[in-house]
Amino acid sequence: MSMILDHVSYRYGGDTPLAVTALKDVCLQIPDGQFVGLIGHTGSGKSTLVQHMNGLLRASSGHIYWNGEDIYDKEYDMKKLRSQVGLVFQYPEHQLFETDVFSDVCFGPRNLGLDKRETELRAYDALKKVGLPDELFYQSPFDLSGGQKRRAAIAGVLAMKPQMLILDEPTAGLDPKGRDEILGQIKQLQTQTGMTILLVSHSMEDVAEYVDRIVVMNQGSILFDGSPREVFAHNRELEEVGLAVPQVTDLLHRLKDAGFEVDTGATTVKEASATILQALGY
Amino acid sequence: MLRDITLGQYYQTESVIHRLDPRIKLGGTLVYIISLFFFNHIWGYLAAALFLAVVIRLSKVPFRFMVRGMKAVLFLFMLTVVFNLFLTPGTPLISFYRLTITREGLRTAFTMAVRLILLVIGSSVMTLTTTPNNLTDGMENMLRPLRVFKVPVHEVAMMMSIALRFIPILLEETDKIMKAQMARGANFESGNLLKRAKALVPLLVPLFVSAFRRANDLAMAMEARCYRGGEGRTRMKPLIFQRRDFIACACIALYLAVSLTAGRLVWLWI
Repeated sequence: MSMILDHVSYRYGGDTPLAVTALKDVCLQIPDGQFVGLIGHTGSGKSTLVQHMNGLLRASSGHIYWNGEDIYDKEYDMKKLRSQVGLVFQYPEHQLFETDVFSDVCFGPRNLGLDKRETELRAYDALKKVGLPDELFYQSPFDLSGGQKRRAAIAGVLAMKPQMLILDEPTAGLDPKGRDEILGQIKQLQTQTGMTILLVSHSMEDVAEYVDRIVVMNQGSILFDGSPREVFAHNRELEEVGLAVPQVTDLLHRLKDAGFEVDTGATTVKEASATILQALGY
Repeated sequence: MLRDITLGQYYQTESVIHRLDPRIKLGGTLVYIISLFFFNHIWGYLAAALFLAVVIRLSKVPFRFMVRGMKAVLFLFMLTVVFNLFLTPGTPLISFYRLTITREGLRTAFTMAVRLILLVIGSSVMTLTTTPNNLTDGMENMLRPLRVFKVPVHEVAMMMSIALRFIPILLEETDKIMKAQMARGANFESGNLLKRAKALVPLLVPLFVSAFRRANDLAMAMEARCYRGGEGRTRMKPLIFQRRDFIACACIALYLAVSLTAGRLVWLWI
């Protein structure tokens, strides 16, 4: 039970001379229940890649298997795939359209053909999960604040009860507080439900604290794939492709270069401060 | 899926036709189109076709792009030809069933076909070699005399260029919203007409919201830079006639003279 991408390539623009290769021979396996961070520069192909996972884009070559079934099979039910692999787009609040928040969240489950009761139960549950206060449920989505709108939109995808949730830059344009809140809630969601989560971001800093595994993309192919600790060990290569390792990791690498006996594998401020104190002999 | 639609079909390349003043191109196209309706002999059309061929050659735009414009009016073209062919009274040539092709019909159908082809290709040469912004600049400049009649020429031209600028942005936005709703299980392709119209609501509402938001932002940005319409406004790239523009003017005049008198010229020559 997992998502497997087998030598997936994608070209924009078909056969014209203007065609651009967006994905080059991407192989990736995401087992159930993992929290994965997909990191890459703008234009590295992250968004293109995740749109393949729920069948919105069709690979020019290669195969994608979801729960053991080839999604390019003729009889494959794309609607089922889209309900099981939920995709939250960048700036998802731009897709809100209903007269009140609750009806908007109901849109997804209703499209699945569920009855009214089940639809409303799921919508309520999803709104609770993203931490939106009850008194906002029947407000117009356009009257909410930026952060609230984004939660409502994420709830709209959660209400379909996907087995895997993909979030494309869920923190773009939010202030640090809003960012920490959303990321914290996503982490909580993952620990509570055991859902597979793929978090797309261009910032290592954001995801380092939360994810089990980091996949780094550059120019349409996968550059590194491993635990945060393993990936951040390549700090020089990452800097070369224009991605910054978290500041703490950078600091530890510099201390190490200056002759201090620190553990450069630390990825969070807490771990870093522990290893620095140790190196200083406290 | 929506990226295939191309509007404002400018073809980027470097040529003397591209560099011409948009006013010359607009005026020239207008003169050319009007001239097409003045000929009543084949020599005029021959001159017109020759002139167009030279302009196309100079513009360095591949000919297949011109033909693309023809596809859009294919239906109108066929209709005109067929109606003229069968419904013009005169000396019968061939008749079958109740349909009769007359000598006059054949002649009118042929003239109409030639006129339409030259007209469509002639105007595509203009749109293919002029950027939409240049085109509106030229139009604004040419319509300036209308200000006497209190027509807000500058404002209309500004609206046109903003609208043109926003078309690709809104297309991209549509594509994005469509995908986002499809990820939530929306279905835009199947169902009867009513169902499909209803399915557009989740697409249109966000699209309008974002269009208004963008309009609002743009207005604010324009205001922040003290934009207040055309009054006393100068241009970064003012339209000034160059030597090549005068040469083009002379060429158009020469074409007009030759094509209008082509019939008589040929007679004299023989």
